[in-house]
Amino acid sequence: MIDKLGMLFRGFFNIFRKRKRIKLGIYGPPNAGKSSIANRISKDWLGEEFTTASAVPHETREIVVKEKITIKSKGKELTFNLIDTPGIATKIDYEDFLKFDLNAKEAKDRAKEATKGVIEAIKWLDNVDCVLVVLDSTQNPYSQVNITIIGNLAARDIPVLIVANKIDLRKSDIKRIESAFPQYTTIGVSALKGENMDLFYEGIFKLMK
Amino acid sequence: MLTLQYVPHHEFTQLSVDEKLRRILRSVRDDKILLIEGRLTSLEESELIKMTMELINKDFKGVEIASIDYTPKDSPFFERIKKDFANFLLRIKPGLTIIGPATLVKEIRKDPSKIELLTMEKKKK
Repeated sequence: MIDKLGMLFRGFFNIFRKRKRIKLGIYGPPNAGKSSIANRISKDWLGEEFTTASAVPHETREIVVKEKITIKSKGKELTFNLIDTPGIATKIDYEDFLKFDLNAKEAKDRAKEATKGVIEAIKWLDNVDCVLVVLDSTQNPYSQVNITIIGNLAARDIPVLIVANKIDLRKSDIKRIESAFPQYTTIGVSALKGENMDLFYEGIFKLMK
Repeated sequence: MLTLQYVPHHEFTQLSVDEKLRRILRSVRDDKILLIEGRLTSLEESELIKMTMELINKDFKGVEIASIDYTPKDSPFFERIKKDFANFLLRIKPGLTIIGPATLVKEIRKDPSKIELLTMEKKKK
């Protein structure tokens, strides 16, 4: 009887703990490198890939959750659930996918799934506790999609860290992102090459404190 | 032929968010480029994206949108307070929004102070 009561209490405590774990969302426009960031975090701390990243836009068309990732920095530990979201866009043209060796049916199916993915990503804004907004540092940051994402997070009072990805590329310009969103910390990284990741993990600690 | 339509703020004042967004999307799907007085809120923008995604098909590829806030940041303090109060009473977010169908508008380039709208080139027959 006491054992059963103990199990019941532990079960209740575990549910509570599970609920309390921070949900770190990864948001951004398509092809900014969200899944590459998710994979880099997963590889660095779990030793395995998390999701599929590719050059084809809208590769991630569903919410992907990786539970219980523990990162360490300066003797401290932090555990969270990582949520990779589909890229948010205002337009999706199936003909764009034809350039990537997909046939017409595959391209249309991908476009249909991508539209659903965008809707899901927006709905999930209500389920995340902190967010990494991943932007391609070679692109103009003043796009309406970026402004909409960041505006929505600000309206919900969700802490944000801006990740300026692709700093290994010649056209990368972190300063432009910093001046577009001066109210947030911006950290430049290359998820592909693993550049500046220590500073990035420190940024996650500061974001979640 | 391109159709540009200016939409003054008062066109939307009596409408709910849903009605306002549906009216915008109806015009955009009729191949009109709208110049709307004022800006949408972030929450309205995300709703607009969701509604747009639901409408995408082989003829409608989505929208291009950009908005600009032309309130001068260096205007005198009391001037700004006066304008903010007037905008609050009129329920207007100052600025300008441009929205058009992605089949006609290739890109809207924006930097903090100006907007450039690039249209699609006509396909050669």
